[in-house]
Amino acid sequence: MLPFIAKRIVRLAATLVAVSFLTFLLVNLLPGDAINALIPIDAQQDREFVEQVREEWGLNDPMLVRYARWLGDAATGDFGDSIVTSRTVSDEIFHRLPVTAELMLVTVGLSVLLAVPLGVAAAYREGTRVDQFVSGLSQVFLSIPGFVAGLFLIYVFAMKLGWLPATGWNRLSDGLLDNLKTVILPALSLALIEIAVYTRVVRSDVIGTLQETYVLSARSKGLKDRYILFRHCLRPSSLTLITVVGLNIGSLLGGTVVVEFLFAMPGLGKRLLDAIFQRDFMMVQGITVFIATVYVAVNTLVDLVYMVVDPRIRKAD
Amino acid sequence: MSGGTVGTLLEVRDLHTTFSIPAGDVRAVRGVSFDLERGRTLGIVGESGSGKTVLARSIMRLNIGTNVTTTGTATFDGRDVLSLPHAAMQDLWGPEMAMVFQDPMTALNPLVRVGRQLTEHLRHHLGVSKAEADRTAVELLREVRIPEPEARLRAYPHELSGGMRQRVCIAIALACAPSLLFADEPTTALDVTVQHQILNLLGREQADRDMAMVLVTHDLGVVAGRTDETLVMYAGTVVEQAPTRALFADMRHPYSEALLRSIPRTNRPSHTRLAAITGRPPDLIAPPAGCAFSPRCPYAQDRCHEEAPPLAPSGGDASHAFACWTPVGSPEAAESFARNVADGLPSAVAVDLASGGAS
Repeated sequence: MLPFIAKRIVRLAATLVAVSFLTFLLVNLLPGDAINALIPIDAQQDREFVEQVREEWGLNDPMLVRYARWLGDAATGDFGDSIVTSRTVSDEIFHRLPVTAELMLVTVGLSVLLAVPLGVAAAYREGTRVDQFVSGLSQVFLSIPGFVAGLFLIYVFAMKLGWLPATGWNRLSDGLLDNLKTVILPALSLALIEIAVYTRVVRSDVIGTLQETYVLSARSKGLKDRYILFRHCLRPSSLTLITVVGLNIGSLLGGTVVVEFLFAMPGLGKRLLDAIFQRDFMMVQGITVFIATVYVAVNTLVDLVYMVVDPRIRKAD
Repeated sequence: MSGGTVGTLLEVRDLHTTFSIPAGDVRAVRGVSFDLERGRTLGIVGESGSGKTVLARSIMRLNIGTNVTTTGTATFDGRDVLSLPHAAMQDLWGPEMAMVFQDPMTALNPLVRVGRQLTEHLRHHLGVSKAEADRTAVELLREVRIPEPEARLRAYPHELSGGMRQRVCIAIALACAPSLLFADEPTTALDVTVQHQILNLLGREQADRDMAMVLVTHDLGVVAGRTDETLVMYAGTVVEQAPTRALFADMRHPYSEALLRSIPRTNRPSHTRLAAITGRPPDLIAPPAGCAFSPRCPYAQDRCHEEAPPLAPSGGDASHAFACWTPVGSPEAAESFARNVADGLPSAVAVDLASGGAS
């Protein structure tokens, strides 16, 4: 167990160095200049002043030197300050994180809760109308991008029916119901594709598991079909689902950028987008590295979950 | 449980099972009939693909899939199980009929502790509490000779050896005290040293519980001395059916004889050539017109290839039936064997060589 965690920490560190370097490189290649964010255009006439600010922020140093400086600071927990708001990057991240975290959790939770019964039902009734309906539905969900689903949901539930607000955000401290009202539509627009993917994964894994002799042997004991499906088939059929959920956290984090923008949510994704437009390099760098950390951490967690689900893996490691 | 301790428990009549696949209809079981008395044992013997497993699963209604059709009747304790609704079958499975599968590695769910697999049907059928079910499970494990049964309840299947797992499977099958146990090649996947122990365990449980048992195997040696009655199957049909004692005393069907001959013997000198059955089992989508075994039979005549022999007793013993035009030991058989050897028919030559080339 301990060597397992040690190995993972080394791998996490290596991943983060690689990710942060690539981000630094890409941000550096962006057209535009950080100086525009630091000094108003009309003040830029004063070349001497501009030069002085450049020196002050270290903008004249070669990229590698700037990266090394950033990395050194980051290692001590200092991710720099936002050029625009002059708050620290860590502050900004932790201020925005709850919104995005809740959006992600609700999305993944909703998707798994809907996809598991749908996938199990489709597998159990393989080839019948139930299966065709579920497969058709997932095909439709799969082909709708999140922002299109978002626009459609806003149109139906906010504009036509008026049940839910189109945009904005209520904190959890404002009351659970009010909070849920603002999270449900963005989560749903992200969840459609996830539901489709998870349903397919669960369906095909359960179909495979149903062929196993131990399922036949459970049948021969006179157990009810529902019991066999959920107590004997589901766990062996969930390993692929767990993997896919872990991997999809990455694309979901990307998806939140668009959806938070669409629903005007004060989340991390929206903040990242703003930072890119403002050439707020430190901010972009900080958020990207944070997202990468979460991604690697989630996938390490997934490996731990395997061990919980399958006792045979526990022994192997 | 209804009925007494004597009388017919299972009556199978003209059972056919067909699997429809894109290549055609696979007729895995073609017209099998037999009776099984309460508390008695029946051996079903045949090589892979002879339909013995499908037959057992057909009677238990465990062939899954929409492409399987079973016709005929299988009357269990007065009810035709082939026409019972699924829910009624679920009540029979466990307390009335149970099955021990071939491979204990795959018959136990690898992600579920032994304890739950032993008690879940017990609790479902008998409605006992968890504590009581656990006590019964410990007793069952002790009964099938598993050391430290209390600790084993918390174990996962992969923590047990193959023999132990099969013992667990047997305990699971016995848990609800069924009146009929199907043991489908229960020792095929096990080490030779463990095979005897498992067969002895099954025999002891069968006798102690006065439970009827169907023992499916490819090994004639397994049924000898362990079953009351034996059914030899070939290509989905019964080719010979007799009380086990009578069968071994006087084997009449060439296939039964060939099966017996293909068992390796330890009392022969080492490197003795094993008399394998030449050729392959027939295509069950389009079985041969005559006797299905005729293409591989050392005693085959022209008639065998054209006309299927009926399963019928011959001579004085009404309980010993076989389906053959040239039964072992008959003058017809001797005559056609000599001719087949002379003609160089591979099946006949192989038998001739194995027996020392007498002719």
